[in-house]
Amino acid sequence: MKKHTIAVIVENRPGVLSRVSGLFSRRGYNIHSLAVGTTEDENLSRMTIVVQGDDETLEQIVKQLYKLIDVVRVHELSNISAVDRELVLIKVSANEAVRPEIQQIVDIFRAKIVDLGESALIVEATGDSEKIDALENMLKKYGIKEMVRTGKISLARSEETK
Amino acid sequence: MELTGAQALLESLKKEGVEVIFGLPGGSTLPLYDALFAEKGIRHILVRHEQGAGHAADGYARVTGKVGVCLATSGPGATNLVTAIANAHMDSVPMVAITGQVASPLLGRDSFQEVDITGITLPITKHNYLVKRPEDIPDTVKEAFHIASTGRPGPVLIDIPKDMQMKKIDFKYPESISMPAYKPTYHGHPKQISAAAKLIDDSKKPMIYAGGGAVNAGADAELLELATKISAPVTTTLMGKGAFPENNRLSLGMLGMHGTVYANYAVTECDLLIAVGARFDDRVTGRIEHFAPHAKVIHIDIDPAEIGKNVSVDVPIVGDVKNVLCALNSRIKQKDPGSEWVAKVMAWKEKHPLCYKSNGSLKPQFVIEEIDRITGGDAIICTEVGQNQMWAAQHFRYTKPRTFISSGGLGTMGFGLPAAMGAQVGCPDKLVFNIAGDGSIQMNIQELNTLVNNKLPVIVVILNNQYLGMVRQWQELLHGKRYSHTDLDNNPDFVKIAQAYGAQAIRVEKPEDVEKALKKAIAKRDGPTVIDFVVAREENVFPFVPAGQAINEMLVD
Repeated sequence: MKKHTIAVIVENRPGVLSRVSGLFSRRGYNIHSLAVGTTEDENLSRMTIVVQGDDETLEQIVKQLYKLIDVVRVHELSNISAVDRELVLIKVSANEAVRPEIQQIVDIFRAKIVDLGESALIVEATGDSEKIDALENMLKKYGIKEMVRTGKISLARSEETK
Repeated sequence: MELTGAQALLESLKKEGVEVIFGLPGGSTLPLYDALFAEKGIRHILVRHEQGAGHAADGYARVTGKVGVCLATSGPGATNLVTAIANAHMDSVPMVAITGQVASPLLGRDSFQEVDITGITLPITKHNYLVKRPEDIPDTVKEAFHIASTGRPGPVLIDIPKDMQMKKIDFKYPESISMPAYKPTYHGHPKQISAAAKLIDDSKKPMIYAGGGAVNAGADAELLELATKISAPVTTTLMGKGAFPENNRLSLGMLGMHGTVYANYAVTECDLLIAVGARFDDRVTGRIEHFAPHAKVIHIDIDPAEIGKNVSVDVPIVGDVKNVLCALNSRIKQKDPGSEWVAKVMAWKEKHPLCYKSNGSLKPQFVIEEIDRITGGDAIICTEVGQNQMWAAQHFRYTKPRTFISSGGLGTMGFGLPAAMGAQVGCPDKLVFNIAGDGSIQMNIQELNTLVNNKLPVIVVILNNQYLGMVRQWQELLHGKRYSHTDLDNNPDFVKIAQAYGAQAIRVEKPEDVEKALKKAIAKRDGPTVIDFVVAREENVFPFVPAGQAINEMLVD
């Protein structure tokens, strides 16, 4: 099913995250990822939500979000030009023998090794979701011990902002 | 002015025009009740169960159009309000529910009578608040009433920890509030109104389907004008009853699962369906792909999220129904009242009237018809849920908005008695009936005590068939008469119960005694009357469209 990215600008109040996430679960909408953070305005937070569903579902999601009193604005970012980024930390099994190979992969993806141990190392990378997927795929064969992805954050490009 | 949080709350409520609160005190509302003790400006009705307070506030709001207010303590008091809040949410009723909460230092520690009521009511309120600073009370009340009563109305809950009720604040009620994110749309988009007018002008078989939104908006006059101008038959939902006078020739009564044959036929055949403040509920549409299959659809609603939710529409118009109809009426052309379409619908109406077999036994439908006849239709009819509700909807002719008070969306048995109490408080000079079943009446029967204590002359009509009748009907028709746990033949004696509560009580077993009993009840104006009508046990509600079938495929007897 199609993935859509929406940015939800909300009042920075207690409980607002559960209002939004509760809406998704009770109406049966699928969240692929959700990232929340502060914005240029200290009274507002921004949630970047990647949802799966057809266009009608997306329309309902947007309308239902607007019904929440704390939701200020909802932007759909799927159909416009936007900068998408995700941060990932991947702990990969790595003995001395494979380290150079891993270093090569890391360089190609313009990622970084941020921690090194006897048997494992941690790779940090940012990029759009496709790049992160590709990196993850390349590192799989060495054995991924742990991984965390932040979920996508997204901003419309300057000429797209109103 | 320096006030405690509790006093500030009462002052704020008075600023919002609140005259009455339905409630029951407890540990976490002691400071509030202490302030109420000296309060002359607000009437407090002491209920016997918090659910009763919630439904009473709901009934009050439905008949008056004002915001209903209920008050309960923390923990079980708050959870007892939950059904009533959900009920008001489903039916878009403006309500403010106030709950006491444990003192803020005790929050989150599983303290005595602590429950996360804002968490629990998240999906069943339009919005809710937990007050964390006493000085926020005035603004919170102002916002709560604004949210509850504007746009698509709904319940708002304010949870106030006990220490917030006791701390002193410098009270000043805000003149206005700023809610940049909350701006309901009241005026329809002119382009959409033009598009709708064109569809109407082009239609040969137009039909209007009006719901609770038409009642909420007070759009009955505009609806009548629209229907008359384009000679469109009008069907209403259960919630829309009273939005269009049922004694008008264009009225087709209710549609859907227990709708009239002619309303369901007309919807199935119309070429244009104008939905006015209605939401294409499954009880209305039946099998959705067979609903109004030949019609283009205009959908007018104040809530944008209702548009396109259940059916796709040709012309959506978001706005206040009254405003939109007003704009629309000035754009459209008159249609011929003697059109082939109208004649066809009138012929259906003639051929398939609502009916039942009167065989000398006491029929529930007859009781409702007698109430209509004896009151001249001038009464507020509240209902419980089930067969009693459907008979009350079908066999009384509603001609004015806010006269049929029923739990539509949630279908709450136990709603009717407390709602009738709230309705009687809101309209003290009106005749208020609660049409009940023997199952439903036992779900909030304790409020008889409240009615007696407050001398509220509600007339409780129990259509007693000693069954959970609607479920029994489904079991009869769809489950091979396997009456699993629906037989209530060991009911208590309702006359004795009513008398014990201090109500006037009458039992009626024969059709010829109905009129006398009703007249006796109507004559009593200083307290409630309970009439136990012992009716035919296995009477069914017809027409009946089993869930999930097309609405023109009805069982009629």
